[in-house]
Amino acid sequence: MQMIKYMIKRILMLIPVLIGVSIIVFLIMRVFSPDPAPIVLGEHATQQSMQEWRLANGLNDPIWLQYVNYIKDAMTGNLGTSYYTKAPVTQEIFSRFPATIELAIAAIIFASLLGIFLGVVSAVKKNSIFDNGGRILALIGVSMPIFWLGILLIILFSGTLHWLPSTGRLNPLYQPTQITGFYLIDSLLTGNMNALVDALRHLVLPALALGMYSMAIITRMTRSSMLESMSQDYIRTARAKGITNRRVIRKHALRNALIPIVTVIGLQFGSLLGGAVLTETVFSWPGIGAYTVNCILKSDFPVVQGVVLLVAVVYVLVNLAVDIIYAFLDPRIKYAKKEG
Amino acid sequence: MLLEVNHLKTDFKLKKGIVHAVNDVSFGIEKGEILAIVGESGSGKSVTSLSVMGLLQEPGKVVDGEILYKGEDLLKKSEKELQKIRGDQISMIFQEPMTSLNPVYRIKDQIIESIMTHMKLSRKEALARTVEMLKTVGIPSPGQRANDYPHQMSGGMRQRVMIAMALACNPELLIADEPTTALDVTIQAQILELLYSLRERFNMAVLLITHDLGVVAEAADRVIVMYCGQIMEEADVKSLFSNPMHPYTLGLLNSIPRIEDESGERLYMIKGMVPNPLHMPQGCPFSDRCDRCMERCTLEMPELKEVGGHKVRCFLYNQEAGKEADDR
Ligand SMILES: Nc1ncnc2c1ncn2[C@@H]1O[C@H](COP(=O)(O)OP(=O)(O)OP(=O)(O)O)[C@@H](O)[C@H]1O
Ligand code: SF4
Ligand SMILES: [Mg+2]
Repeated sequence: MQMIKYMIKRILMLIPVLIGVSIIVFLIMRVFSPDPAPIVLGEHATQQSMQEWRLANGLNDPIWLQYVNYIKDAMTGNLGTSYYTKAPVTQEIFSRFPATIELAIAAIIFASLLGIFLGVVSAVKKNSIFDNGGRILALIGVSMPIFWLGILLIILFSGTLHWLPSTGRLNPLYQPTQITGFYLIDSLLTGNMNALVDALRHLVLPALALGMYSMAIITRMTRSSMLESMSQDYIRTARAKGITNRRVIRKHALRNALIPIVTVIGLQFGSLLGGAVLTETVFSWPGIGAYTVNCILKSDFPVVQGVVLLVAVVYVLVNLAVDIIYAFLDPRIKYAKKEG
Repeated sequence: MLLEVNHLKTDFKLKKGIVHAVNDVSFGIEKGEILAIVGESGSGKSVTSLSVMGLLQEPGKVVDGEILYKGEDLLKKSEKELQKIRGDQISMIFQEPMTSLNPVYRIKDQIIESIMTHMKLSRKEALARTVEMLKTVGIPSPGQRANDYPHQMSGGMRQRVMIAMALACNPELLIADEPTTALDVTIQAQILELLYSLRERFNMAVLLITHDLGVVAEAADRVIVMYCGQIMEEADVKSLFSNPMHPYTLGLLNSIPRIEDESGERLYMIKGMVPNPLHMPQGCPFSDRCDRCMERCTLEMPELKEVGGHKVRCFLYNQEAGKEADDR
């Protein structure tokens, strides 16, 4: 009950966040971006046609009025239309966003599983060859630029070994019926195994490239968090009970160490959305990252605004998810009390 | 003899040198007996008990001696074999009840884990046993409190939970490492009372570790006084209090606060400090603090000798075996 109240409160807090974020992106676009009119209409457009275009798109109104109108429309679920495709922004976003989220989730799963595994091994076998190996891997992970790693992966696994495809999300032949836009989910729902396998094969390299940095960060966090929890008194108690070392590590040390690790995973998921831009470019992944960059360059205000709002929502939801996982992991946390 | 420790030596290899945390310690515990080990901080009490449990952490290592439990040397057993003994036949409770329980699990789950590791019981039976144990150690409404997390309990309650957990599998030997040090005085007495009554009820032996001779007087059958990793004196509790022989024992006895003592005099303190384990004085380890230190004491190490029913490590009693020192 307390938990549900807390969640509702947190979700309500989204509103001020979204207002703040929308104001900022609104201002930044209008103050710092080039005038969209000549870009949309082409170099040879006349002054008059440009003026008409601006009027039609409300760009001649004072900024505050533009903003009020934007919010009014947004309340009804209308985020405007793209200056270029004339399609509704919501449609533009939702045709691409699942690809990015699918990639980011795959990357964070890879990063978390491998990162936690390496971190635990490093901590348990402190100063051994495993520990040093894991730390070197982590060092490489944090220092390797995504695009470079991406290109290396393509050269090795697609070019040389021909194991995995290097670009795109799916062989169009296998396209599953569109339900959620997440190919893995859609192909499972429709029982289309060819699509599932093909989508997975396409996902491997981009997810590796995107998740490598986070994997390294999670490895480091896990190692230090495990070292910390393994030195606690309750670990000695657990060992005094006569349970196996394996169980001591998993059920007692890791279970406690997970609390800070989850925070880091949440933060990393947020930053993965940023890294997705580069990954999508390198792997021609039809996601929202590369597309958004393009829209920024072309001053497609409504699309950029929509994407930024969506990203803000994702951030807030990820944070909320982290908090909820926290409460499950750590019984000492009582949100209701803290929130009054 | 339930447990027999012979010439135990435990070292810590540090960068700055080797610390002989336990240095040639021998003692035995009979079935159902309470043996106390007393000594100031750093005397090697915890290291002794962790050595017996096989729970020493790096860089600590038993380098010599034997630890015979029911005649079998624990030092020769594999980690797997030790796990079968730990928590089942030999259990341990610790000084810090506030941090010794895992904060993320309900106390019932922590006790059930211990029970199900060693006894062939279903989860339901283990839970029933858990509640019964909580009742035994005096936790009110144990069925409910079993669902608590450690942070919902006071220090005294947590120590009771630790005791319940330690006794859940009917151990034959309980090692209690300063079980009351972190607690309020009134709670201390309750916990000691509890340990004492449980010892009778479960007929287990207790190795009671403490730095407080006052605790020993109430609970123990026999006492070992330890200093700098060595045994200074060993005697049964009555004899130790009525006839303390080693100057260090005397110092400890004199520093027990006495309630009936209303003179308002300042508490006696042994002068000086426990030496740095890396720079032990030559000869008798107590020589730099001893009121009766003789020339010989700073040159040679006295041996642990049987004198008048005690074992004492002191030259005052050592010149001719069996002959007590003149005055005291
Ligand atoms: N982890 C460790 N690293 C290095 N030295 C240690 C370690 N643990 C113990 N020692 C050494 O062993 C000696 C004995 O320590 P021990 O913990 O057994 O003392 P104690 O009698 O239990 O004292 P206390 O009353 O403070 O619990 C200490 O003087 C210390 O030098
Ligand atoms: S041997 Fe000497 S220094 Fe050591 S306790 Fe006895 S009298 Fe004191
Ligand atoms: Mg200790």
